[in-house]
Amino acid sequence: MGLESALGDSFLTTKLEDAINWCRKNSLFPMPMGISCCAIEMMAFAGPKFDVSRFGSEVFRFSPRQSDVMIVAGTTTYKMAHVVRKIYDQMPDPKWVIAMGACTSSGGMYRTYSVVQGIDQFIPVDVYVAGCPPRPDNLINALMTLQQKVQRGESRGSSTAIIGGHQSNEPHPLPVIAG
Amino acid sequence: MNDHVVQKLKSRFGEGTFEFHEFRGELTAVVPLDQIVEVCRFLKEDPDLHFDLLADLCGIDMYTPVKRFGVIYNLYSLKSKHRIRLKTFTEEEDPKVPTVSTVWSTANWHERETFDMFGIVFVGHPDLRRMYMPEDFEHYPLRKDFPLMGIPGSLPLPKK
Ligand code: SF4
Repeated sequence: MGLESALGDSFLTTKLEDAINWCRKNSLFPMPMGISCCAIEMMAFAGPKFDVSRFGSEVFRFSPRQSDVMIVAGTTTYKMAHVVRKIYDQMPDPKWVIAMGACTSSGGMYRTYSVVQGIDQFIPVDVYVAGCPPRPDNLINALMTLQQKVQRGESRGSSTAIIGGHQSNEPHPLPVIAG
Repeated sequence: MNDHVVQKLKSRFGEGTFEFHEFRGELTAVVPLDQIVEVCRFLKEDPDLHFDLLADLCGIDMYTPVKRFGVIYNLYSLKSKHRIRLKTFTEEEDPKVPTVSTVWSTANWHERETFDMFGIVFVGHPDLRRMYMPEDFEHYPLRKDFPLMGIPGSLPLPKK
């Protein structure tokens, strides 16, 4: 790792929660909830050009059971909302949500009866990304912002599950397994 | 070619049956509701006309007291590369139009979509379910009296 060369025979002390959160933040597995056009940029974000593996997040898990950050990328309709929520509920705690793009964050240009005007109406969102679509760099920025949150032990959706996390007074949804 | 189609239709169904419009070379025929299947079948099966492709079928809400809802058929002939548009109208109360899915099977999904958006019932359709909206949704979103942002509470969200 190279740490030995810097430290020699000496050692570091830290708090256990800091060490765990540090591990977590550098190994976030995204759950790609690619619903429409934003998903293309999300793929570029994972691809070799933007290369999110530099941030330890290259392993896109297509199983919610193995992932800890859900990237909701696309226009979420009322019909799709139930699917998004179900997949979110299947993810193990602690978990985070990135709302990618104008549609996901606010309904975007689809100010209409069929589109949910912001996914925070049914799942807790940690980071919002502006843009239509946001550039992959923007999503990387969102991931880095999320990493800071993870290091601080914060999560909107699962605050009580994090070691050393701040207890928030918001009601926290109990995980429901498979509906 | 348009004149030829008009002639053929007139000689088969009589002078006063249709109302023809022509705009920039596009022919439109307004067909009486009860004859729509017959006309479609004739246009498809006549070897000379041969409108074998139903390019699109859609609904329209005129928002008038009489003949409020309409169904529009855009036909195309792969043989002669000719197009024709048919229109038929129905009333606001109990809008019913006979299905043409027996003539072109592609009409099946088009009619389901029109039913979903306008609530026009296609009589004789083999599987008239909603296409886009949830099965238990009670409104028809493309009707003119449906509000743009929908009816609050009609589409439930998952619990937070
Ligand atoms: S924000 Fe723009 S790019 Fe993203 S899903 Fe919506 S319309 Fe598509």
